[in-house]
Amino acid sequence: MINCIDLKNINDIRADFPILATKVYNKPLVYLDNAATSQKPQCVIDKVSEVFSRYNGNIHRGVHAISDKASEEYENAREKVRSFINAEKSREIVFTSGTTGSINAVAFSFGERYIRSGDEVIISHLEHHANIVPWQMMCDRKGAILRVIPINNNGGIIFDEYLKLLSSRTRIVAVTHVSNALGTILPVKKIIETAHSMDIPVLIDGAQGIQHGDVDVADMDCDFYVFSGHKVYGPTGIGILYGKEKWLAELPPYQGGGDMVENVTFEKTTYGELPFKFEAGTMNFSAAIGLGTALDYIRSIGTENIERMEKDLLDYANKRLSQIKELKIYGHSEKKIPLISFLLKGIHMYDTGMLLDKMGIAVRTGTHCAQPVMDRFGIEGTVRASMCFYNTREEIDSLGTGIEKAVKMLS
Amino acid sequence: MTINEVQDAIVEEFSVFDDWMDKYNLVIDMGKELPAIDPKFKTRDYLIEGCQSKVWLHPEFRDNKISFTADSDAIITRGIVSLLIRILSGRTPEEIISAELYSIEKIGLRQHLSPTRSNGLLSMIRQIKLYAMAYKATGSR
Repeated sequence: MINCIDLKNINDIRADFPILATKVYNKPLVYLDNAATSQKPQCVIDKVSEVFSRYNGNIHRGVHAISDKASEEYENAREKVRSFINAEKSREIVFTSGTTGSINAVAFSFGERYIRSGDEVIISHLEHHANIVPWQMMCDRKGAILRVIPINNNGGIIFDEYLKLLSSRTRIVAVTHVSNALGTILPVKKIIETAHSMDIPVLIDGAQGIQHGDVDVADMDCDFYVFSGHKVYGPTGIGILYGKEKWLAELPPYQGGGDMVENVTFEKTTYGELPFKFEAGTMNFSAAIGLGTALDYIRSIGTENIERMEKDLLDYANKRLSQIKELKIYGHSEKKIPLISFLLKGIHMYDTGMLLDKMGIAVRTGTHCAQPVMDRFGIEGTVRASMCFYNTREEIDSLGTGIEKAVKMLS
Repeated sequence: MTINEVQDAIVEEFSVFDDWMDKYNLVIDMGKELPAIDPKFKTRDYLIEGCQSKVWLHPEFRDNKISFTADSDAIITRGIVSLLIRILSGRTPEEIISAELYSIEKIGLRQHLSPTRSNGLLSMIRQIKLYAMAYKATGSR
């Protein structure tokens, strides 16, 4: 067993992530695309490899030793997720394929059970496509209406407008914890409290929230919280759907297949208990087990430390990038994750991203799968530098210098 | 010069640079030198939309040769557009249809033509070939 031992300084932390020592185009990799996917610590890589080299047996099925071992590790991972987000029961934790899979599951099942023609669903203008399209599909199917909370020029939601949208027709509110395009942290607790005062459940899309600080679903009191494993230092292809038991018990399954059933005959099938009724077919158990290890790793660093380190990075990046007079930042919310979305005056984002890439700096360019946000600001996209705790001030300096060089070449 | 002679000349021009930034400086310069497209052709009809950058392409068929003018909103894309125009513009439909564009890969800019890049360049090449096929069909009627 590899343990993620106590960590002291940034060099030790970086040494845990083998990819951070990579060179691209003969230059050290400066990885600033963490909002797209985060890198994996060695302990996660080892854990996934351990599954395949020591106990790769299909979970919940075998009578044999390695299947038992895999099942046990898989259920341990579920318990680690439960404890990490402080859910009450492990049966409230459903493994899915990712944030997108989780939202589609809720949108479908909730829609089937509770949505009628003329009902309303509220989302915000900050959502990425994964928290727009599944609701649109469900609304189309059910004749329901999608309402959108507008945002202000700083990239925060306009709370008063949210209050106006809430009505007796509202069936569910689904908003992001953190904007992937602008970095805004939404006042989710207040959003939930207000909705609950009208008995409306709330889904929080935690794709960009879970990795940047303490997420406590009990304290938040959300009805659903969803996130992806790969953005929280875990493997790809695994995600979490947390739902309060009272909801999950009521919702119909959205996929049928093996492992989710209690009894199957051609006349009638009865479904298994929670959470298994939402886990049809062979789950991505190796990734689930790897995710458990990723959460252990985060705990070993400490979410408070992560918040502190990332705040320092964001402050430093704001200061460094504001020295570049051609640079305009989008998203000035008071509470932000360490993410900076920007454009350079008169320069296309694609050009900026291309040149930064050749300097070894990985950023994302485009709409960030959040086209409505870009439309709101009248732009086609941005360059997005998204940091996390393993990034350094030196890397931000490299970004600054890289941008200045790009400006020189492109103007 | 044949299509391949032009391509070989381009490969030669780029071969003096080892450094990526120098290569891109040359691409950017080529982008700046691309003759302007007539603004009346910078419309939706001639737009090839990529998710990241856009390309406008206008063909003109005269004396069995197709001339292209083009533009892009991103300068690096425009540089590569400029290379493609240099290679393919002023050719017969047959020449264009049978052209193998090996030079872009040889000078290390293949990533711009990857289907996932969605900058409009791959679609631009397809569009150029489609125009050539269309003109070939109408020209031989």
